[in-house]
Amino acid sequence: MKLAIKLAYRNLIGAGLRTWLNVVVLSFSFVVIIWMKGVMVGWDYQAKTDMTNWEIGGGQYWHQTYDPFDPFTFADSHAPIPQELLPDVECGAIEPMLIAQATIYPQGRMQPISIRGIRPSQRIFMLPTHRLDSLTDAIPAVIGNMVARNLKLSVGDYVTIRWRDAQGMFDAADVVIVDVFSCNVPAVEAGKIYIALDKLQSMLMLPNQASLLTFADAEKERPQVEGWTLKSKGELTKSVDDLIKTKTVGQSVFYMILLLLAMLAIFDTQVLSIFRRQKEIGTYIALGYTRRQVVGLFTVEGAMHSILAALVAAVYGMPFLIWQAKAGWTMPMDVSDYGMAMAQTLYPVYSIGLVLSTVLIVVLVTTVVSYWPARKIAKMNPTEALRGKIQ
Amino acid sequence: MNLIDVKNLTKRFPMGKGEFTALKNINITIGKGEFVGLIGPSGSGKTTLLNILGSLDVPSDGEAIVLGNSIGALSAKQSAMLRKESLGFIFQSYNLLQVHTVYENVEFPLLLLKLPAAERKMMVMEALAWVGLTDKAKSKPPQLSGGECQRVAIARAMVKRPSLVLADEPTANLDAANSHNILKTMEALNRDLNTTFVFATHDEKVIGYLRRKIFLLDGRIDKDEVVEHS
Ligand SMILES: Nc1ncnc2c1ncn2[C@@H]1O[C@H](COP(=O)(O)OP(=O)(O)O)[C@@H](O)[C@H]1O
Ligand SMILES: [Mg+2]
Repeated sequence: MKLAIKLAYRNLIGAGLRTWLNVVVLSFSFVVIIWMKGVMVGWDYQAKTDMTNWEIGGGQYWHQTYDPFDPFTFADSHAPIPQELLPDVECGAIEPMLIAQATIYPQGRMQPISIRGIRPSQRIFMLPTHRLDSLTDAIPAVIGNMVARNLKLSVGDYVTIRWRDAQGMFDAADVVIVDVFSCNVPAVEAGKIYIALDKLQSMLMLPNQASLLTFADAEKERPQVEGWTLKSKGELTKSVDDLIKTKTVGQSVFYMILLLLAMLAIFDTQVLSIFRRQKEIGTYIALGYTRRQVVGLFTVEGAMHSILAALVAAVYGMPFLIWQAKAGWTMPMDVSDYGMAMAQTLYPVYSIGLVLSTVLIVVLVTTVVSYWPARKIAKMNPTEALRGKIQ
Repeated sequence: MNLIDVKNLTKRFPMGKGEFTALKNINITIGKGEFVGLIGPSGSGKTTLLNILGSLDVPSDGEAIVLGNSIGALSAKQSAMLRKESLGFIFQSYNLLQVHTVYENVEFPLLLLKLPAAERKMMVMEALAWVGLTDKAKSKPPQLSGGECQRVAIARAMVKRPSLVLADEPTANLDAANSHNILKTMEALNRDLNTTFVFATHDEKVIGYLRRKIFLLDGRIDKDEVVEHS
């Protein structure tokens, strides 16, 4: 084996340009696969972090009838904050949110919107809720970038909203946009307007009631509460995992193609080498190799492409990957309309496991495609190989 | 004991629907230290016989016993072992490893024998001295002339001091001066190391150096004569 490695190395380096072409193609596969997987891991991490910071905190209690995908449930999904949770609510470890369906009238047009009541003092979400304390002649409200763009609203604008209170009576009031925030979690901003919790409670005539209770600490054991459904952070972020899984499938196809191209290059080189180097094969046998050992030598030679590729990839890939992890990858298209938690700039994250498994897979696959054509040598007649007569 | 014992050897090759008999009922014995040639026109079966003696091929009938090994009965491993330890090959077209240096080409058989580095180095340098190529150790075959290439091949065949060297038309690609040069080298090695040389040739220059001439014609031995020394 040691001898085979030594010989294979000499032969590869001796083959010059052809070797380096293969090695460059392979090394490119290494870098791209690691980068793409890294982007996915980074996206997953970022999306979960963003969700935690903007939407779900460390987990939530949902009012038992609340269904985020069915706005018709919002009107009835509210109840007084459970007694046993009040101390946590008081100290800010739990943040109540009340939800109501309403209509907004920007520039005379009419659009449905969901009003979210939240305490201006909250510290769980990155929402600029402290601005909801502003003293104004209308109800202070904050909205997201996307909503501001859609409704053509900006800071300082007044707009009328109309809602139904708990008794089913319609009422209307003006709100003033005091802040526009930008965030990467579409669910947080799409079709939503945030005002102070106590204001919404009085508008709806639902004092001390809430639809969602978000807790800050994901680690702490949370009890089941009558009338409320406990949603752990893991459950709430599962959608991100699922989404990334589906994206990963498409991506796998891409790097399978990339890998296939590299493998084709190796395969082609092997087939050509075995054809062109018959005399050499015969010579190895005349010098005392068995045919099996020659098969081994050619397999090592093919597989060594991937080892060289890993080294070459390390030379230019490492700086590139590290730079990407720092600078991030800004997607060329606008992702805000994607409807999923995705930042415009993704920061790839690479793990040792990711790098090792990629290298292992590429080396393994290269070895197989090197061995496959080399098996032919085992059936060669050495005297014909020496004459270079095999077709 | 004879180095080579060929008894009633026949070699047939499949050809089309039938068979082609390349060697017919050959009987030869060759002893240690001989400098012998298989002589005959092209197609007479010289290479076929040499390949069998080199355990690269097997007899169809009869026996070829080389250094006590019956060629037809050896496993792939055993015949590789025989070649590795006891046989040296010299080819018409040199068959050097093109991307390896002269030194590495000559070292190759010693690597197969797993000899320690210091010993390898000594033996390679000695073999290069025999053929007068010490100063070309770092060159690669494409940079050498035909005569130099064949001298490298001789050094490679001789470096492990095999009992038997098989040389198939070693001068066919060389001019007269180079032919005489390598023949003198081989003659000296035969004399100094008592290595047995078996040639396949129809080159008059080679025939002039032989001490025994076995003439082949259409796969049969036509004549087997020992040259009287003057
Ligand atoms: N592998 C083979 N298959 C079929 N015929 C062969 C094979 N090897 C040699 N021959 C035939 O056997 C005869 C002897 O060939 P060879 O030993 O190469 O002759 P020489 O070396 O004397 O020129 C030739 O007619 C050749 O065509
Ligand atoms: Mg011949």
